[in-house]
Amino acid sequence: MSKTIVEKIIQLHSDEEVKAGKIVWMKIDIRTARDFGGPNVVKNIEKYYPNEQLPDKQNIFFTFDTVAPAKTIPYANSQQICREFAKKNGIKVFDVDAGIGTHILMETGLARPGRTLVGTDSHFNILGAVGAFGQGMGDQDIAFAFRTGKTWFEVPETIKINLKGKFSYPTTGKDLVLYILKKIGSKGALGKCIEYYGECLKDLSFAEYITLCSMMTEMGGIVSFPEPNQNVKNFLIERTGENPEFIYADKDAKYCDEIVIDVNDLQPQIACPPKPDNVKDVEILKGLKIGSVFVGSCTNGRIEDIRDVAEILKGKKVAKEIMLRIVPATKEVYGQMLKENLVQILYDAGAIISNPGCGGCASGQIGMTGKGEVQISTSNRNFTGKQGAGKTYLASPITAAFAALKGEL
Amino acid sequence: MKKKMKIQGKIWLIIDKDKNLINDIDTDMIFHNKYLAITDIEKMGQYTFDNLEGWKDFSSKAKTGDLVIVGKNFGSGSSRQQAVDCFASLGIQAILAESFGAIYKRNAINSGLPILQIKEIDLQRFNQREEIEINLVDGSTNSKYLVIEPFSKVQKDIYQAGNLFKFGKI
Ligand code: SF4
Repeated sequence: MSKTIVEKIIQLHSDEEVKAGKIVWMKIDIRTARDFGGPNVVKNIEKYYPNEQLPDKQNIFFTFDTVAPAKTIPYANSQQICREFAKKNGIKVFDVDAGIGTHILMETGLARPGRTLVGTDSHFNILGAVGAFGQGMGDQDIAFAFRTGKTWFEVPETIKINLKGKFSYPTTGKDLVLYILKKIGSKGALGKCIEYYGECLKDLSFAEYITLCSMMTEMGGIVSFPEPNQNVKNFLIERTGENPEFIYADKDAKYCDEIVIDVNDLQPQIACPPKPDNVKDVEILKGLKIGSVFVGSCTNGRIEDIRDVAEILKGKKVAKEIMLRIVPATKEVYGQMLKENLVQILYDAGAIISNPGCGGCASGQIGMTGKGEVQISTSNRNFTGKQGAGKTYLASPITAAFAALKGEL
Repeated sequence: MKKKMKIQGKIWLIIDKDKNLINDIDTDMIFHNKYLAITDIEKMGQYTFDNLEGWKDFSSKAKTGDLVIVGKNFGSGSSRQQAVDCFASLGIQAILAESFGAIYKRNAINSGLPILQIKEIDLQRFNQREEIEINLVDGSTNSKYLVIEPFSKVQKDIYQAGNLFKFGKI
């Protein structure tokens, strides 16, 4: 029977015949838990499986991405519970210096096409960027996956989205995904997968693939697969040392819906508070006064994103009283920023640069907004309270950098 | 211990004033967030449907072994486990719905509470509190006016073991 990408990946990990709508057992290649959710995973394992060996330990990991290093005692305790459990069981920890877990999985080549990975992070579907099935789950499900190496899953249906046309600078992958979100809404992909096809994908950087996949969560979806381009292939070859074997959908695969989205002349987009799908053209909000800018998160914390910002700020200063905070997604990105002298450029422009992690996104290490403060953020959620008491607008690193320079949109 | 794959019990048709099955019953209507601090299963039952118009007295009427029949999108909303456990607390044997919220479905299956997907139901043919019989293996019932989806293999495995964690021991 012909299959979609998700059906094929799950089929590779299941003994049962896989088709959309069916609940099946599937093998999970990589299991992780992070500082948020991790302690409960540990608690469940110790309660239900005391003194039992975990199988396939070299494919189990802890990552400390949300509040790194811990800024409160409860967070410090959470991380310590995970560390001690990991030590006792011989499990690797990517500690507080390492960065966001999903990004580490891609950088280390652990996430690759056709693999299945789960973690306690609702943006695990970001791994669709490398053609992998990534899924965030609750702590009970993850504890079970740690112990058994498998999980059950209702095979999702898939929407096929054809992107028609092309766009160019200063419009980026972030603008593209915000635009798609505007078109299909926060329930547009509820419980479903998306396969993306179209000319414009060819020009996207690997970082833009990450951005596109990361906001699947905000569309209510399971995981999305943009047709891989040369940039994704190059990244995978470099990280895994092998030619990537992508899983492609069968020609006559069954989709629950097919949508064409015209992206010709797409303009920069911005999501207004309090919802990620409340998207408008930046142009409409021109002149909006802002107080702070956050560049980072799993959605826009790659080196390409930070280069975009540095290029705009080089030799200039951010507007008076504007606080610009920059957080690389991982230690590797941070290292690259140093090598390319971006830290100096951004420092000279007046930015605050922090160690890697989720940064401002998860009430993390680089502060929150105060009441009345207007923030431009490159992250993926602008719900009330998520990044502080202020108002958060979601945009691309380029839009964010120009706003920092002018003090307004 | 093998759990029985054939169940029988008296039904609660969760209907509105117009006698239609109620759709979109969310987790706040099932188990309101003001009771979230309750973690003891025994104590959860009394609050079941305590925020659902027309059914606030459900917990005092429900009997051990009863079956609950609801409309579409049952259990949408938050991921709270209490919205599943409160039925187990009352001794409800199974929940039959025209469809379930995705997280609710995961939580219910993981905790071993039989939830069943209705394929077809002719509501007029059923009386409140009448007794029905369901075969969880093949989905057959003792009425031709009610067709349900049989258990998937996953659901059967977890149900037989008791819950997800007990299944993980096998
Ligand atoms: S950056 Fe934000 S959305 Fe991304 S993984 Fe961290 S907390 Fe989640």
